[in-house]
Amino acid sequence: MLRPFTLHRPETAEEACALLAGLGEDAAAYAGGTELLLLMKLGVLRPRHLVDIKRIGGFTGITDGARLTIGAAVTHRALERSALVGARCPLVSSVARHVANVRVRNVGTVGGNLAFADPHSDLATLFLTLDASVELLSPRGRRELPLDDFIRGPWETSRAPDELLRSVTLIPWAGDTAAAYVKFGVHERPTLAVATALRLDGTVGVGRNGGERIVDARIAVGCVGPTPVRIAAAEARLKGASIADLENAARAAADIAAAGVDPADDLYGSADYKREMVAVFVRRALRIAAARARGAEPVARFPHAVVA
Amino acid sequence: MTIHVIVNGRPRDLEVAPHALLLDVLRDALDLKGAKRSCDTQVCGACTVLVDGLAVSACTYLAVEADGRSVLTVEGLAEGESLHPLQQAFVDAGAVQCGFCTSGMLLTAKAMLSEHDKPTRDDVLHYLRGSLCRCTGYRKIVEAVLAAAETAR
Repeated sequence: MLRPFTLHRPETAEEACALLAGLGEDAAAYAGGTELLLLMKLGVLRPRHLVDIKRIGGFTGITDGARLTIGAAVTHRALERSALVGARCPLVSSVARHVANVRVRNVGTVGGNLAFADPHSDLATLFLTLDASVELLSPRGRRELPLDDFIRGPWETSRAPDELLRSVTLIPWAGDTAAAYVKFGVHERPTLAVATALRLDGTVGVGRNGGERIVDARIAVGCVGPTPVRIAAAEARLKGASIADLENAARAAADIAAAGVDPADDLYGSADYKREMVAVFVRRALRIAAARARGAEPVARFPHAVVA
Repeated sequence: MTIHVIVNGRPRDLEVAPHALLLDVLRDALDLKGAKRSCDTQVCGACTVLVDGLAVSACTYLAVEADGRSVLTVEGLAEGESLHPLQQAFVDAGAVQCGFCTSGMLLTAKAMLSEHDKPTRDDVLHYLRGSLCRCTGYRKIVEAVLAAAETAR
């Protein structure tokens, strides 16, 4: 059961921002509701006004340029099925395909997912490796900030109460980048997620000459800490490594990643266990990405893990 | 708020509160009890209905969102006395035990079949991943969906 509220359906961003500014903490921005309505049912959030952003132009599109911009009200399903996303950021399509379940994907939105700042967000973890930034609108104007700065803590962002998340912008990887996203969890909500990407200097798909080197690497880890994190030191350890020496480099990078997360003891496991699993899954994800860089699709399947 | 919805093929004008959930409107106002409230958090799939052909959790979907759209519940699957091919396949495969998840399974499978005319076992498993059944162990449900896909071709 939900407590009564007034539903506003502005058609412009200005109108929506004015509503949020005027209503203050009594209002919540609403799109798919897959996160918001759950907390309202529990009484954790009790907004007396919902501002539906789905009718605002510019919130539902995906546009290409040097960067790929995804409107806040784009659903996970639309992300999964967008030919543009598939061409520019293929791992985003395949990760979107595995978010929650099909019902949530049909309704839940990219902006809602990011603005909710759940540490278990698949998209936030992946988007960190794509140098994502978010665009915020308010009566004071527009600002853009890196996703990393936007997500301040668990369920906490730097969005002001009168600001509206309009879009997220990704910087697609170079076309010859190989990547893998691996998440682990017994239930629908993942308990660990790792996003990795590798770019080799050799020709993708024909390699195996042993001379190939990793020229760029991305690693982000989600779920285990208060926010998803990108681990620059682990990426740096991989850069310049020979693909023939991948196992050693991956092991070292995985250990750096495990040291770079901030897990807590909870019902999902001890902090030590989570660190250990970060190392294990970073290695696994790097192996998959490296195999893909050489044109192979590994058949590795791990219990309770999803490989995208 | 007044919403205009086509429910199981029949146009309806309904007066609903902004905070009314689609599940409650279907079950209480329209007496369609096929969609069940179970987890109430979009995890289990027992409340699944199709809105314009897309599977949604009616437990966490505002009724006003259905305005101008068409909603299909399990009550709208059969044509008179003749079962929908999916329903028949569930009966034939013995894919129903307690029945609580069945309406959601059927509707989710229907949405899946509208996207895949030749689904693989993996397609079915992927689509039904968010639909929980505590009785069958899923095997017969998956068999039934694959059999229905075969029949439909």
